[in-house]
Amino acid sequence: MRLEPVANPSTARRLGLPALAIAATMVVAMGLALLAGASPLATLGQIAVGALGSKLAILETLNRATPLIFTGLAVAVAFRAKLWNIGAEAQLYAGAIVTVLLGTGALGGPLVLPVSALVAMLAGAALLLGPVLLKTRLGVDEVVTTLLLNFIMLLFVSYLLEGPMKDPMGMGWPKSQALIPEARLPRIVDGLRLHWGFALAILAAIGVWVIQTRTALGFEIRAVGQSPEAARFAGMPVNAVLVKTALLSGGLAALAGWSEVAGLKGLLSQDLSPGFGYTGIIVAMLALLHPLGVVVTAVFVAGIFVGSDAMSRAAGVPTYIADMLTAVALLCMVLAILLTKVRVVRG
Amino acid sequence: MSEIVDILISASFWAAVIRIASPLILATMGELICERAGVLNLGIEGIMVIGAFTGWMAVWQGLPLWGGVAVAMGAGMLFGLLQSTLTVPFGLSQHVVGLGVTLLASSTASFAYRLMLPEVTSPPKIEPFRPLDIPLLSALPWAGEALSQTALTWAAFAVAGAVAWTLYRTPLGLALRAVGENPAAVEAQGLSVTGLRMGAVIVGSGLMAVGGAFLTLSAFSSFFFGMVNGRGWICVALVVFGGWKPGKALLGAILFAAFDALQIRLQQTELGAVLPYQLFLALPFILSILALILMSRRAEVPAALMVPYNKGER
Amino acid sequence: MPEAEIVLRLDRISKRFGALKANDAVSLTLRRGEVVALLGENGAGKTTLMNVLFGHYLADAGTIEVFGQPLAPGNPRAALAAGVGMVHQHFALAGNLTVLENIRLGTERLWARGVGAAREKVERLSRDFGLSVHPDARVGRLSVGERQRVEILKALYRDARILILDEPTAVLTPQEAEALFATLRRATGLGLSVIFISHKLHEVMAIADRCVVLRHGRVVGAVDTHATDRGALAALMVGGELSLPRAEARAAGAVLMRVDGVSTPDRGAVPGLKAVTLDLRAGQITGLAGVSGNGQAALAEIIGGLARPASGRLTLRDRPVRDWSPGIALAQGIARIPEDRHHQGTIGDFDLTENAVLETYRSRFSRRGWMNWRAARRFAEAIIKGYDVRCPGPETRIRLLSGGNMQKLILGRALAGGSIREAPEIILANQPVRGLDVGAIAYVQSQLIAARDRGTAVLLISEDLDEIMGLSDIIHVMSQGRLSPGFARGTMTAPELGLWMAGQKFESAHAA
Repeated sequence: MRLEPVANPSTARRLGLPALAIAATMVVAMGLALLAGASPLATLGQIAVGALGSKLAILETLNRATPLIFTGLAVAVAFRAKLWNIGAEAQLYAGAIVTVLLGTGALGGPLVLPVSALVAMLAGAALLLGPVLLKTRLGVDEVVTTLLLNFIMLLFVSYLLEGPMKDPMGMGWPKSQALIPEARLPRIVDGLRLHWGFALAILAAIGVWVIQTRTALGFEIRAVGQSPEAARFAGMPVNAVLVKTALLSGGLAALAGWSEVAGLKGLLSQDLSPGFGYTGIIVAMLALLHPLGVVVTAVFVAGIFVGSDAMSRAAGVPTYIADMLTAVALLCMVLAILLTKVRVVRG
Repeated sequence: MSEIVDILISASFWAAVIRIASPLILATMGELICERAGVLNLGIEGIMVIGAFTGWMAVWQGLPLWGGVAVAMGAGMLFGLLQSTLTVPFGLSQHVVGLGVTLLASSTASFAYRLMLPEVTSPPKIEPFRPLDIPLLSALPWAGEALSQTALTWAAFAVAGAVAWTLYRTPLGLALRAVGENPAAVEAQGLSVTGLRMGAVIVGSGLMAVGGAFLTLSAFSSFFFGMVNGRGWICVALVVFGGWKPGKALLGAILFAAFDALQIRLQQTELGAVLPYQLFLALPFILSILALILMSRRAEVPAALMVPYNKGER
Repeated sequence: MPEAEIVLRLDRISKRFGALKANDAVSLTLRRGEVVALLGENGAGKTTLMNVLFGHYLADAGTIEVFGQPLAPGNPRAALAAGVGMVHQHFALAGNLTVLENIRLGTERLWARGVGAAREKVERLSRDFGLSVHPDARVGRLSVGERQRVEILKALYRDARILILDEPTAVLTPQEAEALFATLRRATGLGLSVIFISHKLHEVMAIADRCVVLRHGRVVGAVDTHATDRGALAALMVGGELSLPRAEARAAGAVLMRVDGVSTPDRGAVPGLKAVTLDLRAGQITGLAGVSGNGQAALAEIIGGLARPASGRLTLRDRPVRDWSPGIALAQGIARIPEDRHHQGTIGDFDLTENAVLETYRSRFSRRGWMNWRAARRFAEAIIKGYDVRCPGPETRIRLLSGGNMQKLILGRALAGGSIREAPEIILANQPVRGLDVGAIAYVQSQLIAARDRGTAVLLISEDLDEIMGLSDIIHVMSQGRLSPGFARGTMTAPELGLWMAGQKFESAHAA
């Protein structure tokens, strides 16, 4: 077999194939439900109801989507420049650490939130700077270095929580002190759990979209991602563009940690992120790296997780079905997107 | 210092080094085959998880130990088939597909585990491989203890030898080395680029899964979530460190295992009292990064690594 | 003399790509011991025909017979197994393997053991056919000529009795080409048959017994070489519709750029520059002849800002250059037409607007970092109109354009200039017409001449001696990283330049 480009893909092709990918994911979901001895359709229904069936469920889904929008944006920005930042998980924790350091009494007053956000972004950016410089200077593959940094960072967090940052009143649990009230993100509506981090995540998505489409830097990022050789030939400072991209990406991932700590948890613990950094990759790829699409896919993926949790409690299908479904959706979607652009021919 | 010397000359230390190196050797050889053929297989981490799980589950269900190894290998090859179908004929991003396969494989293991053992809090144990009693060798004073290893460890070293022999001594190895360098050359000689690359990824993934199964069938006796814990990514770094050569990669795995075994023992010394244990645990990952930096400019990367091949374009 | 047996017969082969008829009922026969030239412009359908023969494409219609047996379509092994060997224009060799390993690749069962008699056979073949190359040398370290010999050995090792050579002399000096012809004469004497694909008429006249001329996918003529001449063949090939422009002599102006004793390190088998000194003058086309891979790329990188000299210096309008990058070169009025328009000159998935502003988005189409896409689009529309770029509109992805239209966009972008000065003062044109059809070639060349007439300094790098001799006011030759003296228009013949290209003249000039 051979792949031949399709010059002008039809609308049916461009919309039908991704729809097929989603359908395939649902078929897999039903198959897994059958395996677990549950009714396939009821399981799908329970996931949907669990994610969107009530005001509480919707708010929970949006809360879960908030860090995913940030990490999804971080990945989308980096992947656009073909900078393979798989380290959003570590950058998220870098942001969370800074937020706790600044928010537990080091700073006070109304400035503490914006300052901790800014410093968190710097910390996340700094963490990605190392792998990027290793890539541009020495040609070290950033995939492996950013992946390895995730493990180092988790151990570092564990050290902090058992040592210097341990809450003396924590009854021995490895967690930090709680943030002071000024350092917490307020809720959007009183009494409902949704916090302002969600609104800021949407603003961030719009900001990234504006950068990508309206600014010279955005043009450079896209050019470097498509063809570093042509970008260099055209006089673009390729390495500087990669560094700027990294700063943006690391900063966005760190905001996920900032918003989780300041908006939801109020303190740092080892289980702050159940893999938001990795799930961000799925969110970004499903959105075809489009910043506004990231908002939609983050809510979709968050819905699968929240809905699966609820369904699992009711139907007894293991909650890990959510991880499997997102992985299947990712693989089906990248294949579907490819097939909108090429057709398979014999010979 | 004398403490470190004492550790380094003890036979039990080297027995641990060889034991720790075994899964790394298996998975590194698997990754090396893939990369030599031109495919970066980031599915490795998840494939090791699925190998650890399926091998253990098969034995717990009553298969003999080698049956568990075979089941693990089959499961790994199945995910290798998925990874290679998407990356070779379809030419999709090897980064994205690899991460997707890792997520799918490890979540499949978690899902299946919960499905089969819905209630248990601690996983059931199996009877793992026992160290082989080799006549004469086992009786030797120091070496006898250091080389008291399971059959799966011996198999890991045999696999490394077989990979080196195949790559450099057989027409198949010649074709593999060529397809990672210039697939057009392979195509022009009437060989199938797709077949070679997919075959390499499938066999390589099988080896990775056996590396994972080593953890449950030889090192420990049951399966835990997170037990692979980044070993797959370390193996990707080891391939780079070994310059894509089996011999050097094998040495790299042993060197790496030596550091790992050393850090475990150092935790028990007064150094361990002073320094946080997390630093010791982070050492393998820090060393991997250092290894990558060290080898960055020296190794000869297969020229067509991560470059998909489509017949139509020349 | 009785006619020898027919070894290969292509019968009414047709192949379509969308609306394009790449091959339209093409027939061709090849007899034992003869050389048939397949002649045609780029895009005439030569490569498609060979891809059909080798099973890379499935023909829509037509049949193939090798030694009287029909060939199974769509199977790359079939042609090889039937004794047809091909040497591609881009060599299909693995650089990390040795010569012997490259030759053995794919000839043994994958699970077989041992090298066996392979080495002996290779050594015997290289003796018999005069193809000297060391079997244990790593291919990555060989010169282009040596690699070609490996390719031919590969085919002979597989007992090919039909040899197909695709543009084999494009990468050779005239003298190396002569050696290749000697090998081919020996080979046909031993009963081999050869298809020789080319668009160079003098070579075809020198080596081929018969010629088959393709145009627009159809056979427009099949003639015996001794019964025709170059003029007649040329007319068949291009249809006699167009003649290529020739620049008239003209007085040169001041030196705009001087490359002063510049050296660069060698890169593997590719030589670096060896103390090259070159002046680019206003209103003059400086032609740089030479076989590719002799340092032209290094020189182009230095002038275009992609590399810095290891020693020596550049001066621009009598001022030494300190900081140097592609961006600075552009800002200093140096326009570049890159050698590789697909990978360097354009970004395939960007539209025409984005490609048009690729070099000047900072200086002319943005303010304080914000893009002015409306102005960018107007600029792209102006180029499309001014340079006759055939396309649906500025939002078309450039990947979908033909090579000629792509090159016109690059030309328009280059001639519009960088930032400080509007029009560029220096144009670096690296293989500007390679792979274009005749109409586009004439257009691009006439634009270069017009730029010169406006006072621009042009550096024309080309492998095609006819192009160099037709356009250049002054000609330099590069060989092994060394630069010959400049020869004024009309003072040198092609064979004389060939001796410089082969490097012989450098030695004698040095000795004298």
